[in-house]
Amino acid sequence: MSIAQEVECLRKIPMFANVEISKLKLLAFTSERVTYKPGEVLFHQDEMGTCAFIILSGEAEVEVRTPAGPLAVATLGASEIVGEIAILCDVPRTATVRALSELDALCVPKDHFLQMIADFPQMALEIMRALAHRLDKTTGRLREVLSGQGV
Amino acid sequence: MESSIYRFIVRHSARQQVVLTGMTLASFPFLYASLDLPKRIVNEAIAGKKVPETYFGLHLDQTDYLFVLSGLFLALVVINGWFKYVINTYKGRLGERMLRRLRYELYVRVLRFPLPRFRKMSPGEIIPMITAEVEPLGGFIGDAIAVPVFQGGTLLVYIAFIFIQDPVLGAAAVSLYPLQGWLIPRLQRKVNQLGKQRVRAMRQISDRVGETVSGIQEVHTHDAASWHLADLSHRLGDVYDIRFQIYQRKFFVKFLNNFINQLTPFFFYSIGGYLVIRGQLSFGALVAVLAAYKDLAAPWKELLDWYQQKEDNRIKYEQVVEQFHVPELLDERLLTADEDMPLKGTLAFRNVTFGEDGGARALEAVSCDIPLDSHTAVVGTGSGRDELAQLAARVLLPSAGQIRLGERDYATLPDSVTGRHAAYVGASPYLFSASLHDNLIYGLRHRPLRPPEKRDENPGEMAERHQRRLMESQLSGNATYDLRADWIDYAAAGCDGPEDLKRRILQILTLVHLDEDVYAMGLTRTVDPDRRPDVAARVLEAREAMRTVLDNPDLGRLVERFDPARYTLNASVAENLLFGTPVGPVFQPDALAANPYVLRVLDKVGLTDTFLEAGYKVAETMVELFAGLPPGHEFFERFSFIGFAELPDYQAILARSAKEGLRALKPEERARLMALPFRLIPARHRLGLMTPKIEAQLLEARRVFAADLPADLRDSVAFFDPAAYNAAASIQDNILFGKLVYGQAQVHSKVGRILAELVDRLHLRDTVIEVGLDHPVGVAGSRLSAAQRQKAALARALLKRPDLLVLSEATSGLDGASQNRVHSAILEEMRGRGLVWVLHRASFASAFDRVIVLKDGRVAEQGRFEELNKPGTLLHELMAAE
Repeated sequence: MSIAQEVECLRKIPMFANVEISKLKLLAFTSERVTYKPGEVLFHQDEMGTCAFIILSGEAEVEVRTPAGPLAVATLGASEIVGEIAILCDVPRTATVRALSELDALCVPKDHFLQMIADFPQMALEIMRALAHRLDKTTGRLREVLSGQGV
Repeated sequence: MESSIYRFIVRHSARQQVVLTGMTLASFPFLYASLDLPKRIVNEAIAGKKVPETYFGLHLDQTDYLFVLSGLFLALVVINGWFKYVINTYKGRLGERMLRRLRYELYVRVLRFPLPRFRKMSPGEIIPMITAEVEPLGGFIGDAIAVPVFQGGTLLVYIAFIFIQDPVLGAAAVSLYPLQGWLIPRLQRKVNQLGKQRVRAMRQISDRVGETVSGIQEVHTHDAASWHLADLSHRLGDVYDIRFQIYQRKFFVKFLNNFINQLTPFFFYSIGGYLVIRGQLSFGALVAVLAAYKDLAAPWKELLDWYQQKEDNRIKYEQVVEQFHVPELLDERLLTADEDMPLKGTLAFRNVTFGEDGGARALEAVSCDIPLDSHTAVVGTGSGRDELAQLAARVLLPSAGQIRLGERDYATLPDSVTGRHAAYVGASPYLFSASLHDNLIYGLRHRPLRPPEKRDENPGEMAERHQRRLMESQLSGNATYDLRADWIDYAAAGCDGPEDLKRRILQILTLVHLDEDVYAMGLTRTVDPDRRPDVAARVLEAREAMRTVLDNPDLGRLVERFDPARYTLNASVAENLLFGTPVGPVFQPDALAANPYVLRVLDKVGLTDTFLEAGYKVAETMVELFAGLPPGHEFFERFSFIGFAELPDYQAILARSAKEGLRALKPEERARLMALPFRLIPARHRLGLMTPKIEAQLLEARRVFAADLPADLRDSVAFFDPAAYNAAASIQDNILFGKLVYGQAQVHSKVGRILAELVDRLHLRDTVIEVGLDHPVGVAGSRLSAAQRQKAALARALLKRPDLLVLSEATSGLDGASQNRVHSAILEEMRGRGLVWVLHRASFASAFDRVIVLKDGRVAEQGRFEELNKPGTLLHELMAAE
């Protein structure tokens, strides 16, 4: 897959929808393209993060540690971004992400990512939207789980 | 050391000075004859006035006489020239030997300086004194006695001649000498003072330059460059002023001299002429006296010049030597004695005080015992802990009080005892600019122990040369130890030879946790297969084993191996074309596009246009991606093929070729485009420019490149050959024989692990570490990290198996985990031997036999840890505070 195809993939991501093509090309060119085998881990929970991942193809699973053992909380597919929380607010990874199938991802280093956000306010807005959406979903699940326990 | 230059000269070269003066005097008659002979040739032989009947018993006519005299003249020319040659050579050799002796003695003094002296004297001052400032002395020493004797003698002869001709005129000729002899030194004195000032000013400048180099970080951190520039300019201005005054006075002295010299002929012409006219003096006598006076002027001038030169050199000598006259210079015996005895018993500090003169005392009346068979911790608050450690290692000497070791005064033990059996490691140890290995065995080289191995082709000649060097060293009072001899004291390290020492070094490296670092250094180093065929052979074995490992497809996808018949996607186009490692500048990646041979190869396989088009596309992409970034953005350095400064040039080239086509470009523009594709790595850059067709053409180019390579370029590239060791590539690259694949998750750590496993399996690890030991540590160890420097210094100290190891913050640069590991390893290693450790955490003291607690330079308490570890003690207080 060449840069041109990667750019196509990036454009499908809502947060990049309004970013100039040449900037996306720059993002792709300066990011490392990484391939994972099924079962390989993109990053572990509690590590410090150095980059965010944009999935180009394949599927990955997000799992968190719970007292009852690992719990899968989401599955991610192409054109989704993962691992951005750790680099946005300098906290350790909040979950472990594992490839479910053969997976291609762009690994965007932290400083490039932050630079892009600073350069394109539109992107910041889209990130906020994505995060808020995710928070809403998580809250919903929490409510479900709590009511399931009968509290 | 002699306080005046003449004492130095007489003491060390009296005999040579006599020989030199004798030779100079012996040359005089010949010189005189050669001046006299031309007159005789003209007057007697050519004019034919006085042709003798017989000459040395031979009958001669006028022509014969002319030829005899001319022949004599030629002989005299040769003899005079020969004298000059011999005397000058002798002088030069004498001067050089004396200079060598002086420099050597100064250096010995540096080694004998008490350590606190170096807080007041910087290398910037010491170095120019030993090197540049004494340099002119060498030229003067040969002239020191011979010139005044010779020129003074000549002068006396002429004066006597004039006096014999006419006492009155003789007196007139020398009448002004007393005036000159009185006046000139007085004028010269001021010049001398200025000369001293100038030397001092220059020293301060070199001190400042040295400081700037050492503190360059601070200069930039605080934007102080302007201040430094102004400071230097100011000092240079001072030197200029002094120099200018010196010139004025020096040339005024010359002017005055010349004037006085011409005053005498003025008297001869006026008074002598008057006497001739009045008939009181014969005309002939006046002419003779005038002629003699003319001869007088030359030696007189030489003498005055010599006097100025002498004063110059006298001051230089005194100014250098006074800096090396330091009170409390260490006894020379401490350096030279070869006494050797183990340190046993107890170091007993009795009222030991240490402090710089005038300064605060770091230690005050310290009395304590340090047993040399057990471990002592030093903790406390305030000053003095490190000083106590350095006193215990005899790096420092007490200012007052005594340290006793049994019957002996510790301060009088020579270095050969303390330097071999005690070791001190501080927080910022010094490493010498050599390989790591040389730094580790630094503590084992005290004296030459075994004669050098004979591996020279011509042993006889070498021995003779060595003998000559040795004699020369003796003549200059220098050390006569042979530098090429084997100095390593294997026994001191508990080893029986080089092989055993290697084993021991590996042990110690593991002990101080430096083995991993050295292993990593070894992997990235190259090895000369001619010098180490064993290493090369084993690396090739590892390459073969690696190939088998990589046959596993799961691991194989991490490394793309070099295959002569296949294009390497994870290597740059340049590497693919060369299919080897460039040696020297000729085939470096950046130089390829300008290399005529490479261009010929591309042309031959029909790639020139392809490269030009690819270059155009790369340039287009780079301009598109990077043109919007501000200058100095890190992406330029890390990702762009084109620097910020070059962007406009490429934009112009792109615009031109878009309008007029690639063919219309000027040759240098074409070269700039051609340079870009060489850097493409298809797997990394993903620009989609490499097609299978181009790859096939590049493979053909690779073949042509190797096949047509001219003989003179043969040494500029080391080809990748699956069956041969590549001398230009690192050990790691030789084992992998391929490129890490881009885009594989954690490929570096995975391959590193595979490599480590393989190296361990083949027992190659020790060999790699051994190669890593050749790593040059850089100036003052600057190519190592602070932690590595500390570990290396610990290893250096442990390797010589000291009876007493003194550590002061010696592991402060290590991270917590390795600190703990290294601490317990050192405690274990030093079991049963003396260990003094200045701890920054009092609680660590529990592992020691004894504890000394210092408070503001005084011993607050000492004893066993258990005794002191109770409420109310300072130790308890310190531990509670942690």
